Amino acid sequence: MFVALRDWIDERFDWAALTAPLREKAVPKHDLSYWYFLGGITLFLFGIQVCTGILLLLYYRPSATEAFESVQYIMTRVQFGWLVRSIHSWAANLMIFTAFCHMFSVLFLGAYRKPRELTWITGMLLLFLAMGFGFSGYLLPWNTLAFFATKVGTEITGQVPVIGHGLKVFLRGGEDVTGATLTRFFGFHVALLPGLTVLLLLIHIALVQYFGMSVPPGVEARWKAWPSEARQMKFFPNFFLRELMAWYIALGVLGALAAILPWELGSKADPFAPAPAGIRPEWYFMFMFQTLKKIPAKVWLVDGDVLGILVFGVAGIVWLLLPFFDQSGGRRGRRLVLGGGIFALSYIIAMTIYGYTAK
Amino acid sequence: MAADPSPQPKPARRRVIEILLGGGLLGSFASFIYPVLRYLVPPPVAELGGDQITAGKIGELKPNSAKIFRFGSRPGLLIRNTDGSYRALSATCTHLGCIVQYRGDLQEIWCACHNGLYDLNGRNVSGPPPRPLEVYEVHLRGDDVVVSLKREA
Amino acid sequence: MDTRLNNGFPRSLTLLLTIVCVCARGARAQTPSTCLDCHAALDPPLQVTQAQFSQDIHAQKGLTCASCHGGDPAKADMDAMSKAAGFRGKIQRNQIPELCGHCHSDGAFMRKYNPSLRTDQLTQYKTSVHGKRLMQGDTEVAVCIDCHGVHDLRPASDPRSKINPLNVAQTCSRCHSDAKYMKRYGIPTDQYANYNRSVHHEAMTVRGDLSAPTCPTCHGNHGAAPPGTDSVKNVCANCHVFQAQMYDKSTHKAAFQSAGLPGCVVCHSNHAVSLPTDAKLGTGPEAVCMRCHKSGDICDQARAKMLQDLTQLDGAVKEADRVLGVAESSGMEVSEARTEQDQARDSLTKARVTIHSFKTDLVEQDIQAGLKISAKTQAEGQAALAERDRRRRGLGLSLVIIFAVSLGLRLYIRQIESNASKVETAELGN
Repeated sequence: MFVALRDWIDERFDWAALTAPLREKAVPKHDLSYWYFLGGITLFLFGIQVCTGILLLLYYRPSATEAFESVQYIMTRVQFGWLVRSIHSWAANLMIFTAFCHMFSVLFLGAYRKPRELTWITGMLLLFLAMGFGFSGYLLPWNTLAFFATKVGTEITGQVPVIGHGLKVFLRGGEDVTGATLTRFFGFHVALLPGLTVLLLLIHIALVQYFGMSVPPGVEARWKAWPSEARQMKFFPNFFLRELMAWYIALGVLGALAAILPWELGSKADPFAPAPAGIRPEWYFMFMFQTLKKIPAKVWLVDGDVLGILVFGVAGIVWLLLPFFDQSGGRRGRRLVLGGGIFALSYIIAMTIYGYTAK
Repeated sequence: MAADPSPQPKPARRRVIEILLGGGLLGSFASFIYPVLRYLVPPPVAELGGDQITAGKIGELKPNSAKIFRFGSRPGLLIRNTDGSYRALSATCTHLGCIVQYRGDLQEIWCACHNGLYDLNGRNVSGPPPRPLEVYEVHLRGDDVVVSLKREA
Repeated sequence: MDTRLNNGFPRSLTLLLTIVCVCARGARAQTPSTCLDCHAALDPPLQVTQAQFSQDIHAQKGLTCASCHGGDPAKADMDAMSKAAGFRGKIQRNQIPELCGHCHSDGAFMRKYNPSLRTDQLTQYKTSVHGKRLMQGDTEVAVCIDCHGVHDLRPASDPRSKINPLNVAQTCSRCHSDAKYMKRYGIPTDQYANYNRSVHHEAMTVRGDLSAPTCPTCHGNHGAAPPGTDSVKNVCANCHVFQAQMYDKSTHKAAFQSAGLPGCVVCHSNHAVSLPTDAKLGTGPEAVCMRCHKSGDICDQARAKMLQDLTQLDGAVKEADRVLGVAESSGMEVSEARTEQDQARDSLTKARVTIHSFKTDLVEQDIQAGLKISAKTQAEGQAALAERDRRRRGLGLSLVIIFAVSLGLRLYIRQIESNASKVETAELGN
């Protein structure tokens, strides 16, 4: 039956030419090949988010008076609603985690180097979009924790010099976090961000296909010296089957998390109640939050918060343009990027742990 | 040595793999599709229970009688007046939180815990309750008696 | 013509002053009196300022200084205080009640101002300890102005009034907590301090319940006197109806009466009424039963039984709450059971009221009703947990399938790769 279908397509399009890149695609085989899975897993998790997100859209109501109740409804009355919602919440966190891992592995394995600078840039933008997904999605159940986390988060945005206030009002849909904020975040989460993500994803994946898989510098050097050592694996079916295995296992992990550690709902947000103790952002913002908490109120003449935001802003831009620090192919550039990567990774891990263990 | 062109009976190992893979894939798809299909079917109760709830059916209560219904997480009191109309109030006594009841003999609302009394408009008339009971709006929709929170004018 | 008046004041100046006073009188339409002109500038105790007097309810209703003090308010300066016009000066303390009562006991008169005000204050006052002692000549006791104020008298509904429910205990304490002042009467002065620790005080100040009892609620305001030992129960019964009804039918009533003990106060104290806990039924420091009863007698056994029942129901309700909590945090829907739990808690409240009958079988009834409900809610919680376990089993099944697929993929990969390498080796061999 599949043969008949293929023939039908072949009579209209050149099936062989269409599928040639896929059939030819090969993945370098070396000790560090396992890191190649991370991008695919992130993509897979994004696909899960889109599917569970669409399912949630069937019942979710994006207004301050009904949002919490609708999520409660999904969790308790809709058949398997608990499963869909918990998978959506867990996969969101897992996706951001794998995205970070993917980014750091690309950094440490040097896959950002020429000619793949644009792949890195689109990838970083995708990471920022993923964090935007996390921030906007977190508010949607309209529970106490989310409400206050959004309040604090947008308040910090307001500290950006010059454009801060305008940015804050734009994000909040007003001066305060209200039902208008919920509507806006909903729009970001289900329309704006997905649209931008799909666009960037297409570019990112097209670039990956075009340039092929990068080989880490050490392995590259060895294969240059001894060409017979170079190994490859066909993408289709070998690597793809392995990736399928990884995706299946990820699915199993998600199901287990949803059933054994279901995502909490909390209590409905009350804008007039005082903020409960211990408001914190989600873990992927924790390192920034903790840094801002620890910066003294005033550093020389500059307000502490503003300084922190500026530092992170500059760091973000530097990170975006990382490949351009390692252009010449020399050791110094590589060392610089590696050093920066080790510093960033350690800093993020340390500040995240600190944020959770500090009183 | 060239590859043998004639077809051979499949070795047992291959069959095991095929069954494992084929059966597993089928089974896993079923275990994904089944919950999704069930999810797509809307549950019988469409109301979220936030600001509004169906407290009962018309004809369920006789005139001059009442029942306790659940309004979200709070108890409510649905009273059918002697003239057949309905009224609904919060059933949580404003004194120390006991559940009140309707007294047909007094045509007032009574709290058995400390003998608090409210009139049919919820106003605390005697005993310890310091505040009136919250009054809800009642509408008849088809067969249902629907109770909702009072909306600001 | 002599331009001076009899007292030497120039006629023109008098005319000017009269004009000024008339105009001033017109401006101060409420108080057409000249008394405040001078008395506002004097030192206490003669000082009465316009700011003060404008707050006074009598002034607002159109009464003047002369209404109580006599004299001629139209006259200026010392002329106003003319004995001929009935000026009385400072009223003697033992004459104050009669002076106030002159209007306030006159029903027809008071009806002109506020028909819903009572007019029996003076009669009541005469039955009070304060009133009786005043008539015997003790002017140190409280008279009307001590509690109500005098020149800035506010109605009780005004939150700034000294007799507003929120403030009246403090007003009483001005004398009754003053050890030196109360020394000659030989009564304790710890009532205010005790009251402030009580649950009644907390109900009013923290929970905002203005109907909570304060000093006049139990002692009366105008007819203030401590309730007699056999009428204490009647006082408490005004709010705590069911407890009083049960106590009436119990053995304690006759026993306390014949021993001259003041009913409710014996176990609950009078001023420092604390929130009663189950520990009152126990054997520890808060226990009340064992103060009189002997350990091991049938009353002790009844006490122990009631305590045991209450503890059992309390434990059952807490256990059901715990199970529901676990179910909730596992993501299960148990709001219906939670609402039913409220009814179980109601049974506990009722049982604690039934203690006052001192009959174990009545307490048992309430306890059993509560136990039934909490058993039901606990079962609902367990059912929710069972559903959760069903979900986990479903998950386990899907994990088995996923594992099978992964295994199958692994083997399949190995198989095609070993075939490919066989073909490769074969081709290399060629």
